[in-house]
Amino acid sequence: MGRAVELAARVRSGEVRAADVVEGYLSAIDAREAEVHAFNLVLAEAARERAAAIDAVAASGGDPGPLAGVPVALKDNLCTRGVPTTCSSKILDGWRPPYDATVVERLAAAGAVVVGKTNLDEFAMGSSTENSAFGPTRNPLDVSRVPGGSSGGSAAAVAAGFAEVSLGSDTGGSIRQPAALCGVVGVKPTYGAVSRHGLVAFASSLDQIGPFANDVADAALLLESIAGHDPGDSTSIPEAFPSLDASLTAGVEGVRIGRISDLPAGADADVEARLEAAFEALAAAGAEIVDVEVPAFTYGLTAYYLIAPAEASSNLARYDGVRFGLRVDAADTNAMYTATRSAGFGDEVQRRIMLGTYALSAGYYDAYYGKALKVRRLIADDFARAYERCDVMLTPASPSVAFPFGSKTADPFAMYLCDTYTIPSNLAGHPAMSVPFGSGADDLPVGVQVLAPALGEPVMFQVAAELERRAS
Amino acid sequence: MTWTHEGFEMVVGLEVHVELATNTKLFSASPNRFGDEPNTNIDPVTLGLPGALPVLNRRAVELAMRIGLALGCEIRPCVFARKNYFYPDMPKAYQISQYDQPLNVDGSLTLPDGTVIGVERAHLEEDTGKSTHVGGAGGRIHGSEASLIDFNRAGVPLVEIVSQPDIRSPEQARAYVAELRSILAAIGASDAKMEEGSMRVDANVSVRRPGESFGTRCEIKNLNSVRSVGRAVDYEGRRQVDLISVGEVVRQETRHWDETDGRTHTLRTKEDADDYRYFPEPDLVPLAPSDEWIAEVRASMPPLPSARRACLAEATGQAPDAEAVSTVVDRGQDDYVHAVVAAGGDAARALIAVKEAFADEPASPRVPAEDLAVLTQMEVAGEVTSTQAKTLLAEIVAAGGGDARALAAAKGFEAMDTSELESMVDDAIAAQPDAWVKFCAGEAKAMGAIVGHIMKASKGQADGKAVSAILDARRG
Repeated sequence: MGRAVELAARVRSGEVRAADVVEGYLSAIDAREAEVHAFNLVLAEAARERAAAIDAVAASGGDPGPLAGVPVALKDNLCTRGVPTTCSSKILDGWRPPYDATVVERLAAAGAVVVGKTNLDEFAMGSSTENSAFGPTRNPLDVSRVPGGSSGGSAAAVAAGFAEVSLGSDTGGSIRQPAALCGVVGVKPTYGAVSRHGLVAFASSLDQIGPFANDVADAALLLESIAGHDPGDSTSIPEAFPSLDASLTAGVEGVRIGRISDLPAGADADVEARLEAAFEALAAAGAEIVDVEVPAFTYGLTAYYLIAPAEASSNLARYDGVRFGLRVDAADTNAMYTATRSAGFGDEVQRRIMLGTYALSAGYYDAYYGKALKVRRLIADDFARAYERCDVMLTPASPSVAFPFGSKTADPFAMYLCDTYTIPSNLAGHPAMSVPFGSGADDLPVGVQVLAPALGEPVMFQVAAELERRAS
Repeated sequence: MTWTHEGFEMVVGLEVHVELATNTKLFSASPNRFGDEPNTNIDPVTLGLPGALPVLNRRAVELAMRIGLALGCEIRPCVFARKNYFYPDMPKAYQISQYDQPLNVDGSLTLPDGTVIGVERAHLEEDTGKSTHVGGAGGRIHGSEASLIDFNRAGVPLVEIVSQPDIRSPEQARAYVAELRSILAAIGASDAKMEEGSMRVDANVSVRRPGESFGTRCEIKNLNSVRSVGRAVDYEGRRQVDLISVGEVVRQETRHWDETDGRTHTLRTKEDADDYRYFPEPDLVPLAPSDEWIAEVRASMPPLPSARRACLAEATGQAPDAEAVSTVVDRGQDDYVHAVVAAGGDAARALIAVKEAFADEPASPRVPAEDLAVLTQMEVAGEVTSTQAKTLLAEIVAAGGGDARALAAAKGFEAMDTSELESMVDDAIAAQPDAWVKFCAGEAKAMGAIVGHIMKASKGQADGKAVSAILDARRG
């Protein structure tokens, strides 16, 4: 049973008070937040009020929900009604959304208690949380190192015990990579499984909200709480989300695990060794290991760095100083746009807006954006062929363990390579998750990534649960 | 209806934007309503707030399909696309439109005179907000102190109807817009009020010598009446021919029609045209109307104006492009005329009576069809003069109905016989000898004085038409 699952059960039965649970987590935040900087905003008072309300429901014999009293942290690109939502950008200065994201509504309905909004790379663009306008988040396992990104704050909050679970968003690996670097479980669900309504868009066709948790069971519970059709998101899948209950205890007897023989090289030896150990552990548990080829995997990174910036250049055009957020006044409207956007966006965001604008420009569209869409199709086709022979595939979640601050900031491309193994799932719209599987260099955690076909979450969690059992 | 200027002909294609008559916006639940307090019909989607997502309005799609069907288009699976450009009244800095895969393609519109104008496409898109520039001259942004933005219109559903370059004269351009307006109103797709901006026209105009390939075109914006469309197209055609005639070239540009000076002016040239960077809208899924859905929409379509004109013309013995026929059909009162005929009324008189006296009445006038039928019967039978009939008609319309026979009796109306009229004409000529001489010399206006005299003497009971006939006969 997962820790959050157990905690919620005790709050529902009245055995423990949500107020006491929340107080414990707020104390942990008090003790170490200054060092870790996981949050852009801690919502201590709101959390206390919410916990008291949940206790009142439990005391009166009502059911406060499957996540009753579970402290949760939200990536600060999820809209929260009346509460600043910054995307770790100066451009959203002073903006308070007039509505809650669908996932925030669903968490509230399930009885969760929001303790704060977590730090991220500005607009979720980055792999280290060093691109935040409010300063970096530090890895709680080694504060000289990054927590990964872009959902670094959400990963660090769970790893540091600031929240029992958290939500992040994953456009090219932004949940799975920081989960791996912080030693927690992180899931990117099937595209369309979780509503994007209220998620501030980076690249709409790739973005997906997902959970961070200390264990696989908690990740499953959190995912089940937020998944399911939302008429407010036209790309939301109409069918019911499959139950993950049975997956957690099913084992992997007869499950076919794909090993990608033409996987792009580049992972560190310690990471490679843990991946090898994962294959061995699953084979020992009765799984069948099969070699598969995914030739287009290697082109994922290039295609991604055309498609994601192209969509971002359009999604981020609305930050023009006219209706909300930062405005830097100037002589005329065009000068105001320039002044506002130059002052409001950091370097990485500006770099991607320019890349994306170029990729969509007249005369370049076919060569760049159009070709990237073809690669995207190839990846989906290659995945479909591979999944004729296997049920899931394993890769590293990150090429390396957590790296020191500043080690990749001078070379954007070196930073982009962090997402080599995670990007193809976003391009295909498939689910994938990172599960901690032992340690690598400097005793830092290594995450193994489980990839599955669309709506293959049940088998993905089946394998993840087995890896979790075999890791300890 | 041909236009030529110094041996050149004009080639015109029209792009017409119509706001759809939906209750709510294209991608959100805010009301689609004209004339409300600024910035009251707004929501996160309308304002393009971070995290807001569009959800397609089913009714808007149905109305767009109606337009496609009315224009004989093929309805196809389509994709929404983002058209990216910065402007303060464009909240997301992109417009959700359709680009290379529009909903309706390959249709046509037949003008009342039978000319067929091709329709390339009719696609769905959202409207922008509205900017008002204050503190400067003429409401233009240049030189203004501040701009005020009303987002009520932002996100209102539009269909852009793009014609083929098949139009060859200002008259055809006007007829195309007028006919399109009638169709849109008839099928309930739009109220198509050009004065309120719910129907807006841009014209692409070029000129060439007949048989040559197309010349360089200019796009004219801001055409907000049928009359402006004709005037602007005519002016622009002449301007281009005049340029070519003195050895200059026509530059491809966007021009603004100025209603007050009757000219077009450069708005922007091709060099500073935006690169819209269209790409498929990732927040929406492709739209593929099923055959069942298309059939359902087709079955719900009312008859088109052209069919209704033909039917009314047939019933009343008029030509299909007669003014009375098109006026009555435009008002939607053709069913009423048919009802008067069914009630035993005289068809031709019923048509004229409705055209003349029912302008302020709704499509289904309050006057019972039977009442109008009786009045037309009395006129045919000579029980009242046409002048008396007019008086009775006015009273019946004002009262929302009435028994024409009882009213006529109460007023003492009865038609004068011819011998009585003849003697009144004798008296009138004797009283107005100068007028008679002038009338005989061919001055038609002089007849008015004589007729007026007779009307006065008969206290309005003389039949004006009969009097005119007697006068014409006497003049020889």
